[in-house]
Amino acid sequence: MKTSFILSAALAIHDSILNHETELESLDRAIGDGDHYINMKRGASTIVEIQAELEPLTPDAALNKIGLKLLSTIGGASGPLLASFFMGTAKVIKEKGDESVQTYAAAFAAGVDAIRQRGKADLGEKTMLDVLIPVAHQFTALAAANAGIKEICISLITTAEHGMLATKGLIATKGRAAGLGERAIGHIDPGAKSCQLMIEAVCNLFSTQ
Amino acid sequence: MKKFINKTDNILLESLSGFATAHSDLVSLNLDPIFLTRKQKATNKVAIISGGGSGHEPLHAGYIGYGMLDAACPGHVFTSPTPDQMLAATEAVHAGKGILFIVKNYAGDVMNFEMAAEMLPLANGLPIESATVLTSDDCAVMNSTYTTGRRGVAGTVIVEKCVGSLAETGADLPSCKALGDKVNSRTASMGVALTSCTVPAAGRPTFDIGDTELEMGVGIHGEPGRRREAMREADAIVKDVVNAILEALKPEQNSEALLLVNGFGATPLMELYLIYNTAAKLFSQHGIQISRSLVGNYTTALDMAGASITLCLLDDEIKQHWDSPVHTAALRWGK
Repeated sequence: MKTSFILSAALAIHDSILNHETELESLDRAIGDGDHYINMKRGASTIVEIQAELEPLTPDAALNKIGLKLLSTIGGASGPLLASFFMGTAKVIKEKGDESVQTYAAAFAAGVDAIRQRGKADLGEKTMLDVLIPVAHQFTALAAANAGIKEICISLITTAEHGMLATKGLIATKGRAAGLGERAIGHIDPGAKSCQLMIEAVCNLFSTQ
Repeated sequence: MKKFINKTDNILLESLSGFATAHSDLVSLNLDPIFLTRKQKATNKVAIISGGGSGHEPLHAGYIGYGMLDAACPGHVFTSPTPDQMLAATEAVHAGKGILFIVKNYAGDVMNFEMAAEMLPLANGLPIESATVLTSDDCAVMNSTYTTGRRGVAGTVIVEKCVGSLAETGADLPSCKALGDKVNSRTASMGVALTSCTVPAAGRPTFDIGDTELEMGVGIHGEPGRRREAMREADAIVKDVVNAILEALKPEQNSEALLLVNGFGATPLMELYLIYNTAAKLFSQHGIQISRSLVGNYTTALDMAGASITLCLLDDEIKQHWDSPVHTAALRWGK
């Protein structure tokens, strides 16, 4: 992975978030407090704005800087969670130092694990982790089986979508909807939705490289 | 929405600038990142830093000064501040004995302060020591829209006052944390909303509530509490709140206590004292001796009408640190 790919991915994520304004807003108004889209847009725009600063950096340094920038820009709970992801990912990329699919899978899994630890949440609690954990598992399994990058991307898009849709039937025990109890059933978690969008955007970009 | 606003995006900065100018003898405002400190940096003590979303004024900047906080980090309205603010505040007020963060128990605040604590800079080659007191005095609900576990509300003021007093004596970091945790464990609060608040950026009320309704157990962001109930006379409302607090604290007979009646922003002092009158009578009927009192707007929720009642069970140590001199914009006595 080159830093130029990270920059293209940031742009793809930015466009996907902005294209889903209405959907993200209405999901968050139903079971959150209505600011999820604004926060995601603020985060995505900031990263696009600092492209020039990121460009000369190595991929791991760029990912770490993205984490720190999100940390000081988004605020609330999503800021630290997304920042933990990028900083966790950067650490593995730096340690392994190669461009293998196995390294990317390990980096992604480390990022997801950092979110899990920071948020003290797990699978089935109606959060972004309901998308991220299954995707990390699938990514690791396919990479271990030496699957091709196209096959992996197509599979991860589907896994993310299933995870996102599955949050509809869950009661929230963590995150914004945790006070709603049964009232949260029937609504997709907005954080799960935005994670699914980001994974889809990056996978689509990857498979066309 | 009818508010004193020039431009929605500038509310926080203009308000903080006004605060810093009005109290220029006590505080300094730093921009980029935003934090406030005492005018005169204290030396040779644990530095106490608090912070949280804005909209709860005078919490926290109003409690910067002798006997309370060394610095405060305000976030956007009802949004946690970010770690870069806490780190910059730490660099500004660190006085060689470590940092104590006082954090209200909301997921966003907890995570941002946690990350700040992990990223603290070095001082003389060693990482600056830190500890955190999480306040969780709201006994209305176990989990809310924003939390895992009980919320931190008006009782935070009592924690900040007592810990701030102890820190002035030169006490070490573990002692300051221990006192903060003790005060928190002996404090319970519950609030009632009569109207919603309106977040300026949203421009409309956070929740709908009818003219004949109240929200029992409301949080300080207008988030839901125990239940929606029919409006009734003050004594009946206060009785329910007092009973919830008694159930949470289970105080022994003849316990000595501090009673705080806190306004949420749009309830006049006249009504707050009326609430106090009833609450004090009810607590004393339950064998509690109210020996310290505080009535006013100390932890607000923008323009919400309503109030919270907080009871803190005193012991000699807490009483001593509550009574000790304090000199801040919002609390000032004995100095």
